[in-house]
Amino acid sequence: MDRVLNNTELRDEEFLINMGPQHPSTHGVLRLVLKMEGEFIRDLVPHVGYLHRSIEKIAENRTYNQFMPYTDRIDYCASMPSNQAWAVAIEKLAGIEVPEKAEYLRVIMTELNRIASHLIYLGVMSLDLGAVTPFLYTFREREWILDLFEMTCGQRLTYHYIRIGGVSRDIPPEFGKSLKAFVADFRKKLDDYEAILTENPIFLGRTKNVGVLPLDVAKDCGASGPTIRGSNFAWDIRKAEPYSVYPKLNFTIPTGKVGDVWDRYIVRIQEMRQSCNLAEQALDGLPESDVIRAKLPAVLKPPAGEVFSRIEAPRGEMGYYVVSTGDKKPYRVKIRTASYGNLQVLAPISIGWKIGDLVAIFGSLDVILPEVDR
Amino acid sequence: MLELDKALLAIYAGLKTWFISSGIPVIWLDLLVMIFAGIVLIAVLALTALFLVWWERKISAHIQDRLGPMRTGPHGVLQTLADGLKLLQKEDIIPSKADRKVFFWAPVIAFVAAFMAYIVIPFGKGLMARDLNIGIVYVLAITTFTVISLLMAGWASNNKYALLGGMRSAAQIVSYEVPLTLSVLGAVMLAGTMSLNEIVEAQGPYFWRWYWLPQLLGFAIYFVAATAEVNRTPFDLPEAEQELVAGFNVEYSGMKFAMFFLAEFVNMFTVSAVATTLFLGGWQPPIPGLAFIPSWVWFLSKTLFLVFVLMWFRWTYPRLRVDQLMDFAWKFLLPLAFINIFLTGLGVYIFK
Repeated sequence: MDRVLNNTELRDEEFLINMGPQHPSTHGVLRLVLKMEGEFIRDLVPHVGYLHRSIEKIAENRTYNQFMPYTDRIDYCASMPSNQAWAVAIEKLAGIEVPEKAEYLRVIMTELNRIASHLIYLGVMSLDLGAVTPFLYTFREREWILDLFEMTCGQRLTYHYIRIGGVSRDIPPEFGKSLKAFVADFRKKLDDYEAILTENPIFLGRTKNVGVLPLDVAKDCGASGPTIRGSNFAWDIRKAEPYSVYPKLNFTIPTGKVGDVWDRYIVRIQEMRQSCNLAEQALDGLPESDVIRAKLPAVLKPPAGEVFSRIEAPRGEMGYYVVSTGDKKPYRVKIRTASYGNLQVLAPISIGWKIGDLVAIFGSLDVILPEVDR
Repeated sequence: MLELDKALLAIYAGLKTWFISSGIPVIWLDLLVMIFAGIVLIAVLALTALFLVWWERKISAHIQDRLGPMRTGPHGVLQTLADGLKLLQKEDIIPSKADRKVFFWAPVIAFVAAFMAYIVIPFGKGLMARDLNIGIVYVLAITTFTVISLLMAGWASNNKYALLGGMRSAAQIVSYEVPLTLSVLGAVMLAGTMSLNEIVEAQGPYFWRWYWLPQLLGFAIYFVAATAEVNRTPFDLPEAEQELVAGFNVEYSGMKFAMFFLAEFVNMFTVSAVATTLFLGGWQPPIPGLAFIPSWVWFLSKTLFLVFVLMWFRWTYPRLRVDQLMDFAWKFLLPLAFINIFLTGLGVYIFK
């Protein structure tokens, strides 16, 4: 026994694990270099850039309208808000007045897209925790939303629906009925998800008080969206810097209490309910009109100047900083995406937890990699 | 309905008279019977495993609002066979820095250990390969062999994810072995024997006299611990896909992977079969009036029901974390198992 214990070859040490870029739960191509001590994470370095497509540079070589389809690819789970953020920025730059009906349609579409995006979060998050079934359920509901989008603009993933000055086309007559049916059905389905997960003791054990995100860390890292709202901070661009017709609509901003994985989960569940209300309200308030897009010059040349405008995308603030020299192409475009800021908080809140928790924490941040790398 | 056990006994008696009349020692007949029993067991279990894989896919599909495999054969019954053939054709990759011998033997041990347990399981009345008088101890010992194979696979792969998976499984199976063994003791105390066949006979053909009722706690502990023993959700940490990619078998491909895969399903059937034997009256019908249905039908239907419950767990629950898993075994199940033994002992002392 002594010989074994004194054997210097028997030792424990920290070891490095390369998690990703190919790994089932890095949600794409994130690479995490983990320094592990057994199951415990002692250090964590995220490496980004595997999906870099230089979208910001491409913008400098496209006209303002030509760049719109590229915004679809920034956050492919929520293309509508990406479109809208670009449209809002250019409208502000060029001083374009958007028809009211277009604003209502934008609200309907972005709120539906918010639900679709949160559904992906919900499914993938439960998948990361080892529960496979909710993943299939959420994709079943998302399918309905995609059908609604397809009905409107013919696309299911990259919509290119919201254009500078308005939207590309009006909703078909049967859209309203289908949306109402979806919302009524979806409220019941949300109760089902909550029955599977919210009060499940195993789920609670895996999420309660795990990966607590202190508010100051969240602010320092530039986190936004449900990630910062989970830490009991009601920060939502729709209320803080209202755009579109949100001031006319009635909704609340759900917040969590301590900022753990469970709070970020429940915030998103409640946000889906709010989005249902918003989509319904916007549909009811839809003005009778045929004008869905402002008259634009054939070649859009905004006056020289710079603008930064932001909107509330499903993952948080999405903003475009655009510099114009009065030409038909932008001089410089910088995109502020929510996932980049949200990914920053991963290292500070994961160190000291186990590898199983890391997966849960990363899932709860709902980071999407094309948005991080752009 | 086929009285399988009686038919077999008749064939055996007939052969025996023929052997004696031809002057061949009867020991050859016994040897022949043993080989025959072994082949039958392996064939039946391989078929069971194939069926269970298909069944699991169907159950998961229906729970998830899907159809599952539908193309190969009616309702996709031949899907597993097709998958097996595909795995058989695949290149057998051994990582260049792997420990080749250990890497080779790990799936073999997993496979063999999974099958060896069946020697003592009574599939029907008189339908068992060997009636060991320490049957239950034998089953517990053999099923624990799995941990060695998982550890070997994890170590020999020379992969950190595989190693983490192997270590997790070693810790998990060794921990859950303790409450599992203790929960089995209750049934053994009630029956007063360790032979699985005699435990079944002691329960009798009345479902209210089976040991699930007096051993409700023991049954619950056994079933939870058994779920952990076979690495099923919520205790599937050794192969947690989202954390460790695939755990101990991440480097395995082709037929070696298939052996691990089939062993997992055979093990699942084993723990359900043992649970049926100990707590659900084994091959006994629930009431004597139903005895005309062959005993092996009762055994199979009870076991498959338990397998279904295991699958149901898997497609409903999330996964526990390593420390929660250990806490659950040592701080919750183990004390409960002791309480169960104490209560059972008290009951046996008072009522017998």
